Amino acid sequence: MAEPLLEVKDLKVSFRTEDGLVRAVDGISFTVDEGEVVGIVGESGSGKSVTMMSVMRLINDPNAIYEGEILYKGRNLMGVSQDAMREVRGEEIAMIFQDPMTSLNPVYTIGWQIEEQLNEHNDLKKGQARRRAMQLLSQVGIPKPEQRIDDYPHQFSGGMRQRVMIALALSCNPDLLIADEPTTALDVTIQAQILELIQNLKSEFGSAVALITHDLGVVADIADRILVMYAGRIVEQGDKEQIFYDPQHPYTWGLLGSIARLDRPKARRLTAIAGQPPSLINRPKGCSFRPRCPQAFDRCRAEDPQLTAKVGEGHLDACHLSVEDKRARRDATINPRLADTA
Amino acid sequence: MSSNSQNGRPLLEAEHVIKYFPIKRGILIQREVAQVHAVDDVSLEVRSGETLGLVGESGCGKSTLGRCFVRLYPLTDGQIVFDGQDISKLSRRQLRPLRRELQMIFQDPYASLNPRKRVGSIVGAPLQIHGIGDRGQRKRQVQELLEKVGLSPEHYNRYPHEFSGGQRQRIGVARALALRPKLVVADEPVSALDVSIQAQVINLLADLQEDFDLTYVFIAHDLGVVRHVSDRIAVMYLGKIVEISPAEELYERPIMPYTEALLSAVPIPDPRESAARERIVLEGDVPSPINPPSGCRFHPRCRYATDVCTQIEPPLVDYGNGHLAACHHPLNVDKETLARVSVDERRTPAEADEAAKPTQPARPAG
Repeated sequence: MAEPLLEVKDLKVSFRTEDGLVRAVDGISFTVDEGEVVGIVGESGSGKSVTMMSVMRLINDPNAIYEGEILYKGRNLMGVSQDAMREVRGEEIAMIFQDPMTSLNPVYTIGWQIEEQLNEHNDLKKGQARRRAMQLLSQVGIPKPEQRIDDYPHQFSGGMRQRVMIALALSCNPDLLIADEPTTALDVTIQAQILELIQNLKSEFGSAVALITHDLGVVADIADRILVMYAGRIVEQGDKEQIFYDPQHPYTWGLLGSIARLDRPKARRLTAIAGQPPSLINRPKGCSFRPRCPQAFDRCRAEDPQLTAKVGEGHLDACHLSVEDKRARRDATINPRLADTA
Repeated sequence: MSSNSQNGRPLLEAEHVIKYFPIKRGILIQREVAQVHAVDDVSLEVRSGETLGLVGESGCGKSTLGRCFVRLYPLTDGQIVFDGQDISKLSRRQLRPLRRELQMIFQDPYASLNPRKRVGSIVGAPLQIHGIGDRGQRKRQVQELLEKVGLSPEHYNRYPHEFSGGQRQRIGVARALALRPKLVVADEPVSALDVSIQAQVINLLADLQEDFDLTYVFIAHDLGVVRHVSDRIAVMYLGKIVEISPAEELYERPIMPYTEALLSAVPIPDPRESAARERIVLEGDVPSPINPPSGCRFHPRCRYATDVCTQIEPPLVDYGNGHLAACHHPLNVDKETLARVSVDERRTPAEADEAAKPTQPARPAG
C-alpha cells in the first residue's frame, strides 16, 4: 500500500486548567488512507473531536499543549504556520460540524458563502464561481438551486443546512473530509438522507472521510474501518467486520449492548455501561476503563494495557483479558441470541 | 417496559384535541395572519400502567401534544379527561392539585435545571410548593429520591453544573417523581445523551415504573428506544396520529407507509444486515404545519400516493388488535381484514380512487 493520506503519530493534546492538566488526547496513533471512510466512535469527552480539531489545527487555546506528529501526505502539519494552514483547510482537508444551525453565517446568503470559499482558493471569474456554487448545491441534493442560492441560512431546514455545509466543504475538492457528528442534531429520516449523501459523494469525489459519532449504528453502513476511543485513547481499532462481529474490548461490547436494536427481538434490559467516563485530570491507575468494566481483574488495576494486535492483522485492542476469555465472556454478556431472550 | 398494559383502565383520554399557535404580525396592533396547526384533532387514550410511545419527526406536534396532556398549554379545542376529570378548561389554580399527579421530564438536562439552585432545592421544590412535610422530612425524602435514581444523598448540596448530562437527567427524573405522580410525560428524555448513558436512563425509567406504579407517555424520535420502552406506540405526522398499535406489532407489520419509512431509516449496528435490508429514504422535509397538504398530509413524500390521497384525508381505521392506521393504501393487511374493515369504498387502491372522487370521506369503521 502507498503511504497513508493522514498519519497521526502519538498525538497528545492537553489543556492547562485551574484544576490541573486535562489530558484530552493521550497518545493516539492512526492512519486514514486515500478514499477510505474511518469511523471514530466514543462517548462525549473521549477526545474524538479534539483529535480531529487538532488535525485541522483549529484549537487556538493558549493553554493547549501538543505533542506528536500529524503527517498529511507526508508533511507534518504541527509545524505549519496558520497562514499556510489556511490553504490546507478547504483545499486539502475540510470539516463539517454537528450543528448546522450555528456553523453558517446568518447574515450572508449561502451563495455568497460558497462563492467566498471558491474565490479564496481559486482564481475564478464572478460568473464562474456562482455557476460552480449552483452546481455544488444540486450535487448535494438541494432542489431548485438557482432559487435557493440567494436564500439565507435561516430559510433552510436543519437537514438542508447540513447539505449546504457539505457543499461548502466539498467546494474545493478536498482529499479528506472530517465530519464531526454530522447527523446527531437531525431526525432519523434526515440522518438517512445525509448518510446516503456522504456515501454517494465519497464515490463521486473520491475523498477520504473521517466520521466522528457516538452511535455505532451510524457507522455500520458507511465506515471501512473503525476506531473506538475512550478517555483520550484508542481502545480498539479494526475494520468494520472485526469491530461488529468480533469486538475485543469490553467497552466496545458496552457500546454495542447499549443500543436498543430494531433488528433483534426486544431485550428485557439494555446492557448499559455503568458509571461515568473518568476525569481526564486524574486518570485511574492501570486501565482507564477498569472502574466501569465488569470484567476487570487484578492486572487491570496495576498495569496500563497497550494497544496490540492479538486476533488478526489490523485488529488492535487494549485489554488484558486473553482472547479465549474475552470471546467466552463477550458471548455471555452481549451475545444477542443468548441475552435477548432472557 | 411493563407487561400490565392489558389492565387497560384509561388514565388519560384525549378527545379531538386541537392546538393551534397564532402567527402575529404588527407592532402595536397585532393581528393574526396565520396559524401553526401543531396538533390537529387527536384522540387517544393512555391506559393505567402502560407506556405509550409517541414518535414522529421534528415539528410533528408530539411535544405539543405531550404538553397539552399535562396542561402546560391551554387547548384550542377538544377535551382531556384525566382520571375521570375533565382538565381541559381548568384554571391555573384549579390545576394545582392535579400537578401532583401529572409530571413531566424534559429533553435538555442542561436547560431544565436552574443553575443557581442546589440539587436539594430543585428536587425538593415540588414538595415545598405543595406544602408536604417540614424541612427535615423534605430533606430526608429528597435524599431517598436521589438514591432511588442512582445518585448519592451527598449530592444534596451540589449545583447542577457539577453533574454530567446523564446525572442531570437523573435529577430531572427525581424532581418529576417527588410528588409520586400517576402520569409522567417524558419528552425526549434521552436524546441529548450518549448512547451508553441512554441505556442507563432507560433502565432507570423501567425500574421506577415498577417501583412507583407509573404510567408513561414517552416522546421520542428514536424508534429503537421507543420500541424498547413502550407497550403501545402512536406515530404522529404533521399534527395527526397516523398509526397507533401495540409496540411489537408496529415493528412487525407497519400499516402506514410513513411508519414503514421511519422504521427503515433507523440505523442498524450490524453491517451485513444493514446492507441486506431495503432502505426507504424519504425525500425532502416535513411540510409546513401552517399550510398542511390537502388530503393525506403525508402524500407529497409517499411512494404509494395516488389521486385519492391528494384529495381525501384518510380516517383512522381499526384493523383489529388495537392497531389503527390512517391510510388509503394500507400495507401488510390481508384481504380478509381489508374486507372486514371496508364496509365502504376502501377495497383496492384503484377502486378507492374511483369511489373517492365524488364526495365525502369515509367514516371510521372502528
